[in-house]
Amino acid sequence: MAEIRNYTLNFGPQHPAAHGVLRLILEIDGEVVERADPHIGLLHRGTEKLAESKPYNQSIGYMDRLDYVSMMCNEHAYVMAIEKMLGIDAPIRAKYIRVMFDEITRLLNHLMWLGTHGLDVGAMSIFLYCFREREKLIDAYEAVSGSRMHATYYRPGGVYRDLPEAMPQYLKNDIRTDSELTEMNKNRQGSLLDFIEDFANQFPASIDQYDKLLTENRIWKQRLVNIGVVSAKRAKQLGFTGPMLRGSGVAWDLRKNQPYSVYDELEFDIPVGVTGDCYDRYLVRMEEMRQSNKIIQQCVAWLKNNPGPVMSDDHKVSPPKRTDMKGDMESLIHHFKLFTEGYSLPKGEVYSAVEHPKGEFGVYLMSDGANKPYRIHMRAPGFAHLASMDEMARGHMLSDVVSIIGTQDIVFGEIDR
Amino acid sequence: MIEEFIEGLEEEFTSNTIIHEFDEVTMVVDKSELESTCLKLRDYFGFEMLIDLCGLDFLTYGESEWDGNASSSGFGRARESHTSENPHPERFAVTYHLLSINKNQRLRLRVYLNEEMPIVSSVSHIWSSANWYEREAFDLFGILFENHPDLRRILTDYGFVGHPLRKDFPMIGEVEMRYDEKLGRVIYEPVSIEPNINVPRIIRK
Repeated sequence: MAEIRNYTLNFGPQHPAAHGVLRLILEIDGEVVERADPHIGLLHRGTEKLAESKPYNQSIGYMDRLDYVSMMCNEHAYVMAIEKMLGIDAPIRAKYIRVMFDEITRLLNHLMWLGTHGLDVGAMSIFLYCFREREKLIDAYEAVSGSRMHATYYRPGGVYRDLPEAMPQYLKNDIRTDSELTEMNKNRQGSLLDFIEDFANQFPASIDQYDKLLTENRIWKQRLVNIGVVSAKRAKQLGFTGPMLRGSGVAWDLRKNQPYSVYDELEFDIPVGVTGDCYDRYLVRMEEMRQSNKIIQQCVAWLKNNPGPVMSDDHKVSPPKRTDMKGDMESLIHHFKLFTEGYSLPKGEVYSAVEHPKGEFGVYLMSDGANKPYRIHMRAPGFAHLASMDEMARGHMLSDVVSIIGTQDIVFGEIDR
Repeated sequence: MIEEFIEGLEEEFTSNTIIHEFDEVTMVVDKSELESTCLKLRDYFGFEMLIDLCGLDFLTYGESEWDGNASSSGFGRARESHTSENPHPERFAVTYHLLSINKNQRLRLRVYLNEEMPIVSSVSHIWSSANWYEREAFDLFGILFENHPDLRRILTDYGFVGHPLRKDFPMIGEVEMRYDEKLGRVIYEPVSIEPNINVPRIIRK
């Protein structure tokens, strides 16, 4: 009789289901996971150290690269921390733009999650459908900031510029016929807001499509129901936030409970799960997409009727207009100071948190009165979620580990920082 | 509401400094009382979640770079050098961000640790989420957590030397890595690049 021993299995860091560079050391008995030890840090870029060596505005771009599928939400937490310390406020139109793009970002993130989670579990087509919708949202990102992913669009005191009046269109080329081109540009005839409105009107039908593909799908349910169950009490102990916490039945959402920006003026609901398994978290995120879509529609309607400034006119923080600089000495000095030295924050420390698509994303900022942060720490929701991998995966089969990684919505940019 | 909360804290923790600024509450806790304070906060004040934990290093707090090494002649011209006062009594500190979902309240705790012995008791048995956060603070700052179940490095490379977020750790690092064809393996060498800071750190009065 051969001796029966546990295996140690190395999962990742180059595994397609590892969502980036997760290395998992799994101790398995047959096919049952006895212990999971995630090794992280393979994407560590030292964002916190780098941000300490740069003036405040130069680090906004680093925030995009933290959670690289929900770029603008990261920026939002960072600029809110700076605004809180400086005691300035963004104009109301800028706040609506921010909220609209936060929700677009939430859709981007959840579509990415749904597609890859489906792919991990074995549903191929859902991935393609999700990316079809993501493409339009990324076009909205590009139209407003010039960049498809790393927008660097939010600024302390507002947003970099107002929404464009014309949506960029596809151009004629050799492989497109005229009729194809007209069809592709059909929803791009008006402004960016028209484009987003058109998207928001059609998106509920797309969610219904995903719903039909997955929600009652036998294989999908077999892979998710009763996998990775976390009780509400454990979820709080483990520091879960966002859909992971709500999936366990705790109705906690910073947009409702500690409203920031203009969330208290908008109407939306917070979906909550019951059992706290992977399937509940899937349902919570699906409903969140519908709610985000509702918020986007409300923001579009408001933005269409309320033109106004999108940047604070405090030129200690925001750059003056080019035209003013030609004739006004003070504007010239402001511009020079802002772009050579930046602005200084008063002494002290703040923690500002936003409801990021993955959970609570917080920026802890400490200033000693200089033009650079003395210490900046990013609280990444995924870090706490991944820390619970051992507890969630224990006793499950090897294939369930993949479902659990998927449901945790892991992105290494934020976990490794 | 926040005033009531602070009064409640002051009644319970009479010897601790409580700071209220930017609408946030910070309580400075002595490291010998950390565990008992945390237990009280969790069980009587309803702070069931540890949202965040991070290390701090106050070595260069309030120092500007007017005469830094970035430029031999540039920055120091025409300006006096200012330093702001350092109100922090010790070099290291750990910051805890607590959240009470029931009371919708946040609280920040700070524990100062001295330079020679940066040791503090672990809170991972009070809040499970502390486990990885403490590993991170150990990795990046070299702060030791007593009774931590598994205090290993977490973010840096296998075999990394030093604690990168300490202020005396250079931003460019100390070693660089490359593949050596003759030896047929990856080797580490001292860094060959120069530190380059484009904008100096400035503190104005």
